[in-house]
Amino acid sequence: MKYTIPLAAVLGLVFFALLGSQIPGMQYIFGVVIPYAAVLMFIGGFCYRVIYWAKSPVPFKIPTTCGQGYSLDWIKRDRLEAPVNSLEVAGRMFLEIVLFRSLWRNTKSEVHAGPKLTYESSKWLWLFAILFHYSFLVVLLRHLRLFLEPVPFAVGALEFADGILQIGAPTMYLTDATLLLGLALLFGRRVVNRQVRYISLPNDYFPLFLIAGIAVTGILMRFFLRGGIDITVIKTLAVGLVTFHPTIGGDLGAIFYAHLFLVCCLLAYFPFSKLMHMGGVFLSPTRNMANDSRMKRHVNPWNDPTIKPHSYSGYEDEFREDMIEQGIPVEKELPKKADDEKVA
Amino acid sequence: MYDGGKIITGLILFVLLVTFPIWYNHGNAGAVPKVELPKVAKECVLPASEMRTSHMQLLNEWRDKVLRTGDRSFDVKIGDKEYQKSLMNTCMQCHISKKKFCDKCHSYASVKPYCWDCHVAPVE
Ligand code: HEC
Ligand code: HEC
Ligand code: HEC
Ligand code: HEM
Repeated sequence: MKYTIPLAAVLGLVFFALLGSQIPGMQYIFGVVIPYAAVLMFIGGFCYRVIYWAKSPVPFKIPTTCGQGYSLDWIKRDRLEAPVNSLEVAGRMFLEIVLFRSLWRNTKSEVHAGPKLTYESSKWLWLFAILFHYSFLVVLLRHLRLFLEPVPFAVGALEFADGILQIGAPTMYLTDATLLLGLALLFGRRVVNRQVRYISLPNDYFPLFLIAGIAVTGILMRFFLRGGIDITVIKTLAVGLVTFHPTIGGDLGAIFYAHLFLVCCLLAYFPFSKLMHMGGVFLSPTRNMANDSRMKRHVNPWNDPTIKPHSYSGYEDEFREDMIEQGIPVEKELPKKADDEKVA
Repeated sequence: MYDGGKIITGLILFVLLVTFPIWYNHGNAGAVPKVELPKVAKECVLPASEMRTSHMQLLNEWRDKVLRTGDRSFDVKIGDKEYQKSLMNTCMQCHISKKKFCDKCHSYASVKPYCWDCHVAPVE
C-alpha cells in the first residue's frame, strides 16, 4: 500500500541509526558529520529552491479573489479577499501564514435528498493543521535550551508554560501530546477520507511518518529510555555544534542518535519535498499579488518587445473605414470632409 | 526576477533566523557545569552515571511510593548507613548544597524543578 513503503523507510532509518551509532567510532559521524551535512543541505537547498522560484517568469496577475473587488466607492469592498495595495496584501499574507486562513475554505460536497448538492466548510483540516504546526513550533523553540548558553528567559518561560500540568518527572509537556495527536489526525484524515486517500502519495505519508518518528524517539528518550541520556553531555555537543567545536563527552544512548539522525534526514529532505510549502507560502502568486490589474499595467515578460501595444483608439483609427462599411459601431465617426471627398 | 529585492531580503532574514544559535553564542560554548561532590560519602544511591541520567525518575518513583503506600524504606545501604526514600533526608544529607550541586546542572539544562515550592532546601 501507499503507506507501507514510507513506513518501512522511516523504520529503516531508525534501525540504521540505532545500530550504526553503536559501532565504535561512528558516534562522531552520527553526532557531528551528518548534522553538519544536513544543515548545509537544508540551508543550501532552501535558498536554491526560493531563488529558482523567484526567477520564474510571472506572465499574469493571478491573485485569487474571493470577495468584492475594488469598484465604485459606494460598493462595499472586501479588503482581505481582494486586496488592492501592499498593506492589504500584507494583512492577507499574515493571516494566511499565522492562522492558515484559507483552510477554512476546505469544503465538503454532499448530495442530499432532492437531489440537492451542498458545499459546506469543513474546518477539521484547519484544526488538525493548526494543532500540528503550533505544537511543532513550540517543541522546536523549547529545544533551543540545548543550543543556547545561557538559556534566554523566553525559552524557560515557554518550558514552564508547556509543563504547567507538572505531571511526573521529568515533567510531561503538553505539546508532546498535541504534536502526536496532530500527526495522528493528519494521518487519519488521509486514511479515512476516501477522496483524500485516493490522491495521497507515498511522499505525502513519508514526512508524516518521519516527523512522527522524531516525536516518538524524542518522547521515548525523555520519559522511558533514559539510559545514557545525559542532558549535560548532549547540551555540550549541541552548543559545540553551533560554536564549531563539537565534542561528544560520554556514551550517549542509541535512541539519541536515532532521534538526531531522523532530524538530519528531515533537514536534508526538506528542500526537495512538499515541506517547502514553508518557503512557498510566501511566494504563492495567488496570495501575494494585489488585485490591481486594472490600476497598474503588469508586463508579461514573454511579450515580444518588437510588438508595440495597440490601443483600441489606435485600432479604430486603422480600421475605421472598413468598420463603417461593415456596419460595426465606432466611437469616432469619419471626418465630414473626408466623407464629401468620398462622395465626389 | 519580480520583486527580487523583497525575496532576497526575506531569504537573508530566514538564513539569519535559522542560524540564530551561532550568532547568539558567538563562538563561546560556555562552561560545562562543575558540581561540588559530597565529601562525606564516595557513592551515590545508584551508580553515578545512572544518577546523572535518571535521578528525576528515581525521585518521582520515591515520591509516588511514599505517598501512595507509605513505604519509606530503601533497601540500598551506603557504607553502613541506611537511608530512606526521601528528598530532604537522603539526597540533601550528602548533597548538602542545592546551589553548588543541583542548581549548577539545572541552570545549564534550563530545568527549574518545582519541588522546592514545598520541600525545604538545606540552609546555605
Ligand atoms: C549532572 C547534572 C545534574 C545534577 C547534579 C542534578 N540534576 Fe536534576 N536534572 C538534570 C537534568 C539535565 C534534568 C532535566 C532532564 C530532562 O530535561 O530530560 C534534571 C531534572 C531534574 C528534575 C525534573 C525536573 C522537571 O521538572 O522536569 C528533578 C526533580 C531534579 N532534576 C532533581 C534534582 C535534585 C534534587 C538534584 C540535587 C540533589 C539534582 N537534580 C541534581 C541534571 C542534574
Ligand atoms: C550517601 C550520600 C549520597 C546520597 C544519599 C545521594 N548522593 Fe548523589 N552522589 C553522591 C556521591 C558521593 C556522588 C559522586 C559519585 C561519583 O562520582 O561516583 C553522587 C553523585 C550524584 C549525581 C551525579 C553528579 C555528577 O555530575 O556526577 C547526581 C545527579 C546525584 N548524585 C543526585 C542525587 C540525588 C537526586 C539523590 C537523592 C535521590 C542523591 N544523589 C543521594 C552521594 C550521595
Ligand atoms: C505541593 C507541595 C509539594 C511539591 C511541589 C512537591 N512535593 Fe514532594 N512531598 C510533598 C509532601 C506534603 C510530601 C509528604 C511528606 C511526608 O510525608 O514526609 C512529599 C513527599 C515527597 C517525597 C517522599 C518523602 C520525603 O521525605 O521526601 C519525595 C521523594 C518527594 N516528595 C519528591 C518531590 C519531588 C522530586 C518534587 C518535585 C518534582 C516534589 N516532591 C514536589 C509536597 C510537595
Ligand atoms: C525537527 C526537530 C526536532 C523535533 C520535532 C524534536 C522533537 C522532540 C520531542 C517531541 C521530544 C520529547 C520531549 C520534548 O518535547 O522536549 C524531544 C526530545 C529531545 N530531543 Fe528533539 N526534536 C528535534 C530536534 C532535536 C535536535 C536537533 C536535537 C539535538 C541535540 C534533539 C535532542 C533532543 C533531546 C536530547 C531530547 C530529550 C530531552 C529531555 O530529555 O528533556 N532534538 N525531541
